Amino acid sequence: MEKLRRTMLYVPGNNAGMVKDAHIYRSDSVMFDLEDSVSLSEKDSARLLIFNALKTLDYEGIETVVRINGLDTPFGVDDIKAMVRAQPDIIRIPKADSADDIKAVEVLIEKEEKLAGLKVGTIKLMAAIEGPLGVLNAYSIATASKRMIGLAIGAEDYVTNMKTKRSPGGVEILFARSQIVTAARAAGIYALDTVYSDVNNEEGFLEEVRLIKQLGFDGKSVISPRQIAPVHKIYTPSQKDIDFALRVIEVIKEANEKGSGVISLDGKMVDKPIVDRAERVIAMAKASGIQFDEEDDK
Amino acid sequence: MRVVKTGIAGTLESSDVMITVSENTSTGINIELHSIVEKQFGKQIRKVIKEKMEELDISDATVSVNDKGALDCTICARLEAATYRAAGIKHVRWEEK
Repeated sequence: MEKLRRTMLYVPGNNAGMVKDAHIYRSDSVMFDLEDSVSLSEKDSARLLIFNALKTLDYEGIETVVRINGLDTPFGVDDIKAMVRAQPDIIRIPKADSADDIKAVEVLIEKEEKLAGLKVGTIKLMAAIEGPLGVLNAYSIATASKRMIGLAIGAEDYVTNMKTKRSPGGVEILFARSQIVTAARAAGIYALDTVYSDVNNEEGFLEEVRLIKQLGFDGKSVISPRQIAPVHKIYTPSQKDIDFALRVIEVIKEANEKGSGVISLDGKMVDKPIVDRAERVIAMAKASGIQFDEEDDK
Repeated sequence: MRVVKTGIAGTLESSDVMITVSENTSTGINIELHSIVEKQFGKQIRKVIKEKMEELDISDATVSVNDKGALDCTICARLEAATYRAAGIKHVRWEEK
């Protein structure tokens, strides 16, 4: 079954209460942040807090991600040493501009995995692209390491670097979003959208989620537990979509049994992309917890 | 490791603990505990602190604890951060963990 990454809940790394309760809201992933949400004087304490939490607490199957500080800061190397031993599922690299940024982190992770006697390659990587250079290098970043499972866009830094600011429609990040989702798809990894910081603007948030789903993103970073359920709802296929997908699969099965070539459903041609989309709808529905009669979806 | 100054870590927010580690005038680990759950968990908190100080190889220190219902793992994290700060050591020896 396809791993869902519709929501990645952002958890400030030095907030003990939020770290303790991060999993109870049932986002698909939780991301403990050691970077921008932690003040410079608390980096050491936050790192120890996340290390101890990951070594001790049971996050009940929720995927754990840690956003480390960049290697261009005094904190990045210690973050890697600690997190390799804490064993989150994924390390998220901030402000990735090139494949070299990913490879540098990978070299350090591998060194620490060997020193700690851990299996090399266990921890996966994802990269946040937050500047114009990273956007232009998105595909080489996505393919820089076998550990890479996803690309994310960090819009706040990106728009600042682009000498603009965010707007409700997001036209200023449309190119970056399109480039990142295309690069991720070409590399066969996940694409995750940026945060929506105006937590009280529910309609604006829903519009943005519909937009990024339409663009092809797998999900979104969220900053409040309140944002989780609406994203999951939008990403869960509708009954109409599921019914159509099941019919597509049924007719293609019949066509294959009869050895037919091109077939039609409701007067429209059913070809491979339609079948692929139908299979994805069913996979997504199953992953979202929708139960099927096994006879129906074969 | 040796305590050479006062080190503080943690916050007074719910589920956290603020720990101050400082030089001791006498010998041993002297724990001053204030906790909202002291009646039920005071003994356990003292045990966690003693074990962690032993692990950090600190035999003499005063540990002042203001607990707001922190888990043991949070107490360990804040105690370790405060102790490293009190010892004037910037980098944790991750290789030993």
